[in-house]
Amino acid sequence: MFKRISALVLAGLTALSVTACGGGDGTTSAGTGGGGDDTITMGFAQVGAESGWRTANTKSVQESAKSAGITLKFSDAQQKQENQIKAIRSYIQQKVDVIAFSPVVESGWDPVLNEAKNAKIPVILTDRAVDSKDTSLYKTFLGSDFVEEGKKAGQWLVDEYKDSKDTVNIVELQGTTGSAPANDRKSGFQEVIGADPKFKIIASQTGDFTRAKGKEVMEAFLKSNPDIDVLYAHNDDMGLGAIEAIEGAGKVPGKDIKIITVDAVKDGMQALADGKINFIVECSPLLGPQLMDLAKKVVKGEEVPARVVTEETTFTQEQAKQVLSSRQY
Amino acid sequence: MRRLLWPAVVLVLLLALNIFFTPSFFSVQVRDGHLYGSLIDILRFGAPLILVSIGMTLVIATGGIDLSVGSVVAISGALACLQISEDAGLPMAVAAALGLCLVLGAWNGFLVAAVGIQPIIATLILMVAGRGLAQLITDGQIITINDPAYKVIGGGYWLTVPFGILVVIAVLGITAFLTRRLALGMLIESVGGNAEASRLAGIRARGIVIMVYASAALCAGVAGLMISSNVSSADGNNAGLWIELDAILAVVIGGTSLAGGRFSLSGTVLGALIIQTLTTTIYSIGVPPETTLLFKALVVTAVCLIQSPSFRAKAFRRRGRSAPTQPSPEERVLAGRGGTA
Repeated sequence: MFKRISALVLAGLTALSVTACGGGDGTTSAGTGGGGDDTITMGFAQVGAESGWRTANTKSVQESAKSAGITLKFSDAQQKQENQIKAIRSYIQQKVDVIAFSPVVESGWDPVLNEAKNAKIPVILTDRAVDSKDTSLYKTFLGSDFVEEGKKAGQWLVDEYKDSKDTVNIVELQGTTGSAPANDRKSGFQEVIGADPKFKIIASQTGDFTRAKGKEVMEAFLKSNPDIDVLYAHNDDMGLGAIEAIEGAGKVPGKDIKIITVDAVKDGMQALADGKINFIVECSPLLGPQLMDLAKKVVKGEEVPARVVTEETTFTQEQAKQVLSSRQY
Repeated sequence: MRRLLWPAVVLVLLLALNIFFTPSFFSVQVRDGHLYGSLIDILRFGAPLILVSIGMTLVIATGGIDLSVGSVVAISGALACLQISEDAGLPMAVAAALGLCLVLGAWNGFLVAAVGIQPIIATLILMVAGRGLAQLITDGQIITINDPAYKVIGGGYWLTVPFGILVVIAVLGITAFLTRRLALGMLIESVGGNAEASRLAGIRARGIVIMVYASAALCAGVAGLMISSNVSSADGNNAGLWIELDAILAVVIGGTSLAGGRFSLSGTVLGALIIQTLTTTIYSIGVPPETTLLFKALVVTAVCLIQSPSFRAKAFRRRGRSAPTQPSPEERVLAGRGGTA
């Protein structure tokens, strides 16, 4: 009986891992271990395909690798650290020229990064950082500056209300508790608005970066705080959910309650162009070209800065209308 | 009926707690032609959880468990939104989504009843694979749709009442009728008590088990439609994430034993309402996000302890009050696995 069960479980798990892999389409571009003399081989361990942002990030990396003439070995970790560690180990065994990855979580990378260091394969972090004290484990970290994003959001608010003396009541929808973007977007925002006592954050709660939670939390905010002037959401999706809650309460998003979000994904830009969001701070996933430039330099042995910030901008409603049609994600 | 006393007390206490932080908590008004207020919110956002919990109650009554409902929620929403985004029309989209859910539920039931895999493993397969399937359907993206008719299911109103609440009342009514007015409930409990003995007594245990898993998946499917309709988008990654655990918790808080053999639908509804009220309370009174989970855990622990007759007996005895030497009627019911809701 036990054998029968375990055989079935095994079969089920196999079937399931096949299905689960369907999420990330671009698997490795074949080839027997890299390390050729002229072309660079890069092993890229992606987090997963959890959002439109991430998918755009994957596409950007894949396309810019192709146009830069870099052979890309791509793996999708399905948001699990152990999968990423496995992928990095296999890249080390295949002797790729450079490894790039977006760490799922911040800690626990020292052993596998040491293995890469011992194999003399340079590592580039993209999008997310690791909290290792040993900075020699990676060459550079390419990604957005989340604190800066929070500051940009706060700066717009300060400018918008510079002529007003009244108290500005702000509610905040935080990202997933403990994640770097949530922590940093919160602290950057507070740093800027904290200088003026008229800005008051009257409620702040996590919306887990999702629309459904954003809506649910905003509904509760609207009931417990009758006087809300501004909503600051750590990403577009929570902001979009909150817009529905605001409309359900009979208020006009963008007018009665001003909305600031971060990311600039397509749905968010659409809402911005429609006047339902007032300001979006971009968090660009299109870091492929920058990554390929860095990879080439690192492989050649050139010095690169330890921290490279993704090129990003901000959007007002007018700007959104102009660029909406050309947005890739 | 006494079994429902403690969950009801806890629910009332939680609601009362809000008065201190939000004076207008109990006010329900009509705004923009529909009911508006915190209590309505609790029912509206709790509707998917209540639905999933109703299905889970029946599964647990057969001595099983269904971990896959969260994934089924995601699949249902994803398929419906995909169909609508491809202009398949609302009836087609809803039918396709719910049809697929029925098939998935029947598959779970087949693995449990016909193949003999333990329920926790059998449904674990779909729990993990189903998330993948949902992502496959949405292509890893969030599908945003704009269909006013679909929006009604989870975010709309009918005669000022949120439509989701009406769906819950309908499903609850049908389930209560089938299980408590017809013999079905007794058959389910008998299969949960002893499947083999039930079979020898002439009950088609396999059919019953497959049916309860299919109905659990159907409930989850409707919940999935609601969740995706509420935000007009399908999110394969996050829709219904961990809702299976909340549903199991709701069932347990409601007094249904995980060992199977008896169940209480009204208890489950109370349990689900407690969980949703707790969530809303956390937002309203401003518990910091870092301590939210701990706060929830403390309340749930308190609820579970207060419901345990043996804990109550011990706690009261320690304080020197007169402790009953005979087991209370409630305990006899628990020990005898009898009772109906």
